[in-house]
Amino acid sequence: MEVIIENLPLYWEGLLRTLFLSVVSGIIALILGTLLAAARVSPVAALRGFSTLYVEILRNTPLTIAFFFAAVVLPRLGVTFQQFEVAAIIALSAYTAAFIAEAVRSGVNSVPLGQAEAARSIGMNFGQVLSLIILPQALRTVIPPLINILIALVKNSSVAGAFFVLELFGYGRQMANANGDQVMAVLLGVAFFYLLLTIPLGILASTVERKVAIAR
Amino acid sequence: MTSVLYDVPGPKARRVSLIGSVVGTVLILGLLAWIVMTLAQQGIFEDRRWAIFTRGDVWMLLGNGIGATLSAAALAAMIAFPLGLMLSLLRISLVDWIRIPTRVVLEFLRGMPVVLMMLFVLLVFGTSSFVAVVAGLVLYNAAIFAEIIRAGIQSLPKGQREAGLTIGLTSFQSRMLIELPQAVRRMMPSLVAQLVVLLKDTSLGYIVAYGELLRAVQVMADFLGNAFLFPIFFVAAAIYIAINICVSRLAVWIERRGSTKAAGGVAKAPTAVVAPELPEVREPK
Repeated sequence: MEVIIENLPLYWEGLLRTLFLSVVSGIIALILGTLLAAARVSPVAALRGFSTLYVEILRNTPLTIAFFFAAVVLPRLGVTFQQFEVAAIIALSAYTAAFIAEAVRSGVNSVPLGQAEAARSIGMNFGQVLSLIILPQALRTVIPPLINILIALVKNSSVAGAFFVLELFGYGRQMANANGDQVMAVLLGVAFFYLLLTIPLGILASTVERKVAIAR
Repeated sequence: MTSVLYDVPGPKARRVSLIGSVVGTVLILGLLAWIVMTLAQQGIFEDRRWAIFTRGDVWMLLGNGIGATLSAAALAAMIAFPLGLMLSLLRISLVDWIRIPTRVVLEFLRGMPVVLMMLFVLLVFGTSSFVAVVAGLVLYNAAIFAEIIRAGIQSLPKGQREAGLTIGLTSFQSRMLIELPQAVRRMMPSLVAQLVVLLKDTSLGYIVAYGELLRAVQVMADFLGNAFLFPIFFVAAAIYIAINICVSRLAVWIERRGSTKAAGGVAKAPTAVVAPELPEVREPK
């Protein structure tokens, strides 16, 4: 217990870094994922093909491989980063975007046909139908799964700790090495701080599911 | 392909779409070409670098890596599934002091990164890295399996359990003989999807120094020299992704098969899980 209080500044630092990684990657992934989902239902065959391929490959890639690629392979190919955070954000957002695209697509499929038909019958084109009618409704229905994906993102950001980024898990490993006799307390502390982020998000997901989202 | 989202394209729209497709394809091909050129400048495509794949020991090391990955995943799945079944029964137990602690434990396990659990087992119990990887995977996935099966049981029509109790089965017998078999069949797609996640998560073993596929890549690159990192990584990643795509396809196949046979013949299966990372599990109303 003492060791946790002594190292509280490190935990705090790690928590902020984890939060930073999750928020930045989350925003990028949400935008990229929505674009991919839109491409997936678009009339242009090349976009559909690209989106399908991207989602299929990224969803089946272990996150560690994505990280290894961004943090180890890329620099040795000449793409260097000032900070490893950039590599971590690239890996996390590219990986998460694939899951968001799938979730949003399933939301698009859940919007009743009549909505799109009505929109088209008043003369809207594909872009208008999607951005004004379909996506606003689709995003509402997929809020709970999206939050679940973001929870997974927070947990996944721990992999960054193994690739030169000092966030919650990275600091945890460091502290565990420094305090060899109190490993258990140190790691339980790390677990506590992760739960501090994931459990409120989980509660938010179920509240939103009950109150805001419309079930179809 | 027609869709409800847009009109059947006329000649003009078809032309625009065709031009769009061509331009898009050219752009993507251009990007790929640029990547390949950059790689070529680094000398990635020299025969010398790829010649290592003619060596038997490279394949043997890769094979060992795959073996380590698959054996950890298989063992973890075999332990996690029965454990998940048990936990799901405890989670919906009618007795408060069984149900509530189980729920707390499950929330705890689901809210934590798998890699943290692996590190915990490794450092606190001083086990081998294989045990740490398997234990981390078992703890996390048993919790997820439990939540999936619980959702399956609670999605069954109430009459199933009532009928079981009416013909004189005990509560436990009704769970085991009537509800569990239906719940498992019904949730099969989500369970298999979770298996893909489990398989993917074995790659976290890299972080706790378990000799799986990625660790094998690292070891070989360190041993043979950085020049060989890219070819080895490329081949290993392709193998990993290919295995995962096969298991994902299996999940899709099971889902299709399940929907035509209407698992158990009772009502419609609940909506498929969207995020394999954390299945959407609805709270009991």
